[in-house]
Amino acid sequence: MSAASILHQFLNGLAGASTLFLVAAGLSLIFGVTRIVNFAHGSLVMLGMYLAVALSEVVGLWWALPCAALAVAAFGALIESVLLRRLYPAPELLQLLATFALVLIIRDYALWQWGPEDLLGPRAPGLAGAVMIIGQPFPAYDLFLIAVGPAVLGALWLLLTRTRWGTLVRAATQDREMASALGVNQRLLFTTVFALGALLAGLGGALQIPREPATLQVDLAVVSDAFVVVVVGGLGSIPGAFAAALLIAEIKAFCIALGYSKLTLVVEFLVMALVLVLRPWGLMGRMPTPARGPAAVEPPLASPSPRVLAGLCTLLTALALVPFATTGFTLVLLTDMLVFALFAVSLHFITGPAGLHSFGHAAYFGLGAYGAGILVVRIGAPMELSLAAAPLLAGAGAMLFGWFCVRLSGIYLAMLTLAFAQIAWSVAFQWDAVTGGSNGLIGIWPAPWLSSKAAYFWVVLGLACAAIALLWRALHSPFGYALRAARDSPLRADAIGIDARALQWAAFTVAGLFAGIAGALYAFSKGSISPESMAVARSVDGLVMVLLGGIQTLTGPLWGAALFTWLLDSLARGFDYWRAAIGCVILGLVLALPGGLGSLGGLLKRWGRA
Amino acid sequence: MRSLLLLALLAASGAFAQPIRIGELNSYKVFPAFLEPYKKGMELAVEEINAAGGVHGRKLELLTRDDGGTPGDAVRVAEELITREKVHLLMGTFASHVGLAVANLANQRKVLFVASEPLTDKMVWENGNRYTFRLRPSTYMQTAMLIPEAAKLKKKRWAIVYPNYEYGQSATASFKRLLKQAQPEVDFVAEQAPPLGKIDAGAVVQALADAKPDAIFSSLFAADLQRFVREGNTRGLFKGRAVFNLLAGEPEYLDTLKDETPEGWWVTGYPWSEIRTPAHQKFLAAYQARWKDYPRQGSVVGYATVHSAANAIRRAGSTDTEKMVEALRGLEMPTPFGPIVWRALDHQSTMGAYVGQLARRGGRGVMVNWRFADGANFLPPFEEIRALRKD
Repeated sequence: MSAASILHQFLNGLAGASTLFLVAAGLSLIFGVTRIVNFAHGSLVMLGMYLAVALSEVVGLWWALPCAALAVAAFGALIESVLLRRLYPAPELLQLLATFALVLIIRDYALWQWGPEDLLGPRAPGLAGAVMIIGQPFPAYDLFLIAVGPAVLGALWLLLTRTRWGTLVRAATQDREMASALGVNQRLLFTTVFALGALLAGLGGALQIPREPATLQVDLAVVSDAFVVVVVGGLGSIPGAFAAALLIAEIKAFCIALGYSKLTLVVEFLVMALVLVLRPWGLMGRMPTPARGPAAVEPPLASPSPRVLAGLCTLLTALALVPFATTGFTLVLLTDMLVFALFAVSLHFITGPAGLHSFGHAAYFGLGAYGAGILVVRIGAPMELSLAAAPLLAGAGAMLFGWFCVRLSGIYLAMLTLAFAQIAWSVAFQWDAVTGGSNGLIGIWPAPWLSSKAAYFWVVLGLACAAIALLWRALHSPFGYALRAARDSPLRADAIGIDARALQWAAFTVAGLFAGIAGALYAFSKGSISPESMAVARSVDGLVMVLLGGIQTLTGPLWGAALFTWLLDSLARGFDYWRAAIGCVILGLVLALPGGLGSLGGLLKRWGRA
Repeated sequence: MRSLLLLALLAASGAFAQPIRIGELNSYKVFPAFLEPYKKGMELAVEEINAAGGVHGRKLELLTRDDGGTPGDAVRVAEELITREKVHLLMGTFASHVGLAVANLANQRKVLFVASEPLTDKMVWENGNRYTFRLRPSTYMQTAMLIPEAAKLKKKRWAIVYPNYEYGQSATASFKRLLKQAQPEVDFVAEQAPPLGKIDAGAVVQALADAKPDAIFSSLFAADLQRFVREGNTRGLFKGRAVFNLLAGEPEYLDTLKDETPEGWWVTGYPWSEIRTPAHQKFLAAYQARWKDYPRQGSVVGYATVHSAANAIRRAGSTDTEKMVEALRGLEMPTPFGPIVWRALDHQSTMGAYVGQLARRGGRGVMVNWRFADGANFLPPFEEIRALRKD
């Protein structure tokens, strides 16, 4: 590499860092003040891109940029004031579910509004060409982008440190309860912060238009990058986000320059894992203020009443009898529902009672599935043995990753689980000789005596129910009680001699092991396994199921998993715009039942009494 | 009495016969740019066949499903089509891994599966099975179609860029192997494998330029291709270099480039406005009359897959799976791209593709200097395939 190409790659990294920073800064602001994990942030970026392309045909590119950003800001304010505001008192993470629904709706809206083809926008008038830098051409527009990043950083810094509004934002970021106790108008603050975050997202998207087309795939690709930047930089720290964006963009540019382009698949997650292991609050973040007072806003998890138990047993019996009534598609769907129910219950085990929010639970589902696939396809092991051994691989993976994860808490922990899941995913995606690469492994069928749908359904029913029962039993054992104590009051738990970290590590491993059972059962029901089974989308699906069901209920995840699987199946068949339809159903449920489906019984009971 | 006679007549003419149900699944929401025209092509074919009285007097009924773009969901959807909808055969799929998963299911459930779009070679070779057939020219075939022109240029230093998954990997492997055979002294000086849909175009273009290649082989498509082309144009990467790009001549990907279309690139694609064969003229007229839009590559694929299924049933004389499989093996039939054969050896159709160069005409991209490459001429020898296939 010549000096000129090193400089050029450095400049490429700077240009990439600018837009990444804009998007991440918006996300960081929103999270810092409102504590919303805004999954729809990438969708706002996408809207910014499409709007900029559409507007550039009317008013020209340079006017289209601010107009698109302002339009997205207005849309952001609308989302916050109409939808998210209603969810602040709801259990934590529920806003995540609402923003997930928005992702689905916005993507289908963009498809409907702008059509399926990618839209390549115009080049920037005046900056369309290249300038020569040490004898090599460099896009003039990229130089402009390089300047935008620091300019926005400076503007944000002034806004946050030199205005009253900025002081309030910083106060709320540091201690929301205290700010509210001092009489800060939260409503206005939250709406304006969300609008500013959306403005930055929209601008970040619009600025990309002279470089790349507006496409429907942008949303999820951007949001995961932005989360990584926010967390690596330290939550709520704008300079931290800038430093992290710079670090990640430069590392990516030099991976490509040095011929390690395959590494760009996962390098940001490697960086994030490394940073979080070494610096648990990110590069420039501060330790979050611990929740004060009686932290346990959740009522204690009650043992299921005899009536609930009887109901569950009846349901189990009814399910066991289904194959006598039909051997058709119902069994296929029920098998999927059971597998995902087990997956959701295992995720709920750590997310709910243990308070360890995992954004990467699919890793263990996938490890179980791949374990089964590798044993059957590569080693030729019998199906029964593979099914028994595969979850151990998932358990071992969870034990390894969990050791690092339980050292963190809150969103940092969630992001570390995501980083590990992405690393596991990229290994599955790249290791052709063992995992089959992007194609995955095919030919993973049950043994002949289980090959009928009914027989395999009974196996899944038996194993899933036994596993779920075991997990629920564990929650009502001393282990489960201690786990909840450690969640609700780490200090007091510590004082009475509970080793919270060891407990959480054990819980993480157990949850991974049980997710692995679900994964192995899944692999044999589909006959094949591919990297998607451990991708972010599967982790998110798991969270959606848990949250739909109700994170602070016991049986909720069952109903969440069943409903979500059924929705996916039935709506995808009935509507062209089925993603939006699912999004609308989720939004409706979130607003009507913030406690989740599992809270429905309690609600009805209370109505009955009233 | 008269009504009875009428009934008998109706029954004989097939109006009372049960329709033939074709179950189709595809990733409509993940690859809409290709699959919306594809769906229109399928619907046109079904309407044509039914207007002509159906197949053996039975109407065709097409049931389309979204497979969500993942193998797991695709298998569930395929099971639904098989068990609940009782379809007589399956067709469709786009991405390689989804296609392979459905092929695997078809083999397990012994259902005919006519894969329309997935390009992976493994579909009909390493993982080929009795029940799976594939219409489109595979990655290997389309790469091989570009080799004659690539070898003719006698360029020594080649750089390669491809999306990092099955399609890009196998296109690259085939290209390197075939070019080395044709031109042993060739040197591959750089290789870039950006993640699908997430190319960092500036850095990739710079890295390729640094390797100072004489020529570039790319298998990028969709948004990755657009980013690559725009950066490459700005930074002068393509000046004085021969560039070969699989699929870039397909209207789905070419039309979005508009005035960025790089002149002189060698591509595979579909110059729909310039093909004058009677078979294509007829298809073009029918498509434009039906949809008030021009056909894309996907339209031809959807259209030809439905006709293939119909012809297989015609030849089999029934919808019995084993009979349809036997009928499809060696079936000869016309398509808008000319006659094809469904090879008995590996269940690959000999459908070809158009090879030509890109040019700009009035602010849009077109293909010039094109020729039709018949798929039959770009397949490896029989022995090689027999060694790959396990059945």
